[in-house]
Amino acid sequence: MAPPPHRRSGFSRKAQYSLFVTYVVAIAGTIVAGLLLTISVVDPAGFSALRILGTEVTAPVARVVSKAQQSTQAITHSISAYINAASKNVTLEKELKASRNAFIEVRALRIENDRLRGLLNLSDGDMQQVAVGRLISSTASSTRRIATLSIGRNFGVERAQPVRGPAGLIGRVIETGPTTARVLLVTDSENLVPVMRASDGLPAFSAGLGNGFVLIKPLNLGENPFKVGDIIITSGNGGLYGANIPFARVIRKTSDGALGLPFADPANTPYAIVMKPYLEEARTEQQMLAPDGETKEVAE
Amino acid sequence: MKIPVSAIRLPNRPGREYKSRFDREQSMLRMLAMPIASVILASMVTTLPVFSAGPLLPPFGLLMFLSWRLMRPGLWPIWSGVPFGLMDDLFSGQPFGSAGLLWSLAMLIVEIIDSRAIWRDYLQDWLIAALLIMAVLLGGLWIAGIAHAAPEPMVLFPQIILSILLYPLVVRICARLDRWRLAT
Repeated sequence: MAPPPHRRSGFSRKAQYSLFVTYVVAIAGTIVAGLLLTISVVDPAGFSALRILGTEVTAPVARVVSKAQQSTQAITHSISAYINAASKNVTLEKELKASRNAFIEVRALRIENDRLRGLLNLSDGDMQQVAVGRLISSTASSTRRIATLSIGRNFGVERAQPVRGPAGLIGRVIETGPTTARVLLVTDSENLVPVMRASDGLPAFSAGLGNGFVLIKPLNLGENPFKVGDIIITSGNGGLYGANIPFARVIRKTSDGALGLPFADPANTPYAIVMKPYLEEARTEQQMLAPDGETKEVAE
Repeated sequence: MKIPVSAIRLPNRPGREYKSRFDREQSMLRMLAMPIASVILASMVTTLPVFSAGPLLPPFGLLMFLSWRLMRPGLWPIWSGVPFGLMDDLFSGQPFGSAGLLWSLAMLIVEIIDSRAIWRDYLQDWLIAALLIMAVLLGGLWIAGIAHAAPEPMVLFPQIILSILLYPLVVRICARLDRWRLAT
């Protein structure tokens, strides 16, 4: 459709001026938006209050829809459980018998481990959980991978607390509101997680790729010891994410590391557990010295 | 069998049949609020529990905004990209101000195109929208890359294709809303 004729102002002075003013306002608005953007680039937490307001306003709808989604999933799950029920039962019983033996062994190992740690005077970080919530939405149209959690400061959720699901690590809290919080997922490019290979403790770190996968790079560059199928768990380095949380499975080798698929799928996780930072005191001390996202020279 | 004219009843609102059907006026509120509400609601789609591994959900707010702009030139003032963009930033997860800037630039570009190519057909509008969607999405990635670490641009490929293919659907939704908006 052609633009309406009032865009061409003709000889009317008034129309000419008002048209000119709209252009001035448009360009001034663009510059203002550019300035706001500069502020939010310099200080990423600057507009978090506005963002949290937006999340809080839309959270009730998201909560209801997510609840409905979960109950439909539960219905389909319980219906599909009836299909081949007998053969499934037999396999499960076999698996149960095998895993019971393994469980007893693990318990014995844990006792032995505790005893040895006691001998060495090693203190373990405590992984206390703060609260349990659900993921109610995610930024599915942006390149940033951020999810919204259904609980916030009302349950004691604070910034920089790790979040895990039953299957594995989900991410960490970056902004909190009164009843919601925003979680930076492990698949975001900015989320670096210290990890290790479960079989031999090979240290590595993981960075999100923004497409649902993570890139796992060994700390000792130059060799690439990963194999497809390796299980990656968190190592607890850095004091934020706890040790031994299931993290990802290697699905492909790359030139300088491996491509991993995280165990926790935000779309499918029934609940999300917010936990206290792993080594909280040490981390607070370190943050006092050099806060995250800020480079400061420290006198030797 | 002939149906007497008096037996035909209007299917819609019961009060209507006694009211004069001449010289009706459309509702001002509906006429003005409809486009604004539709863009804001489309921006809020990201807050529904949709989880995707990568950026896959099309930017519905932008699609709605562009299709109103291209379908009804003169409906939005030229500066309208800023407020709608800032509104979208609250829900998209991008750094605040990124859509405010990019949508406003897109608006100015369409304004320039409007002064050059006055009579356009639907396919040309689609082409303009496709280029703008691609530019805004890549610009958003670039801006997110300044503020934070950002992934490779190839991550956006599926989203760009999906958004371009969904544009006709959004234009049709807009046209339906427009018809309802201006109906009396």
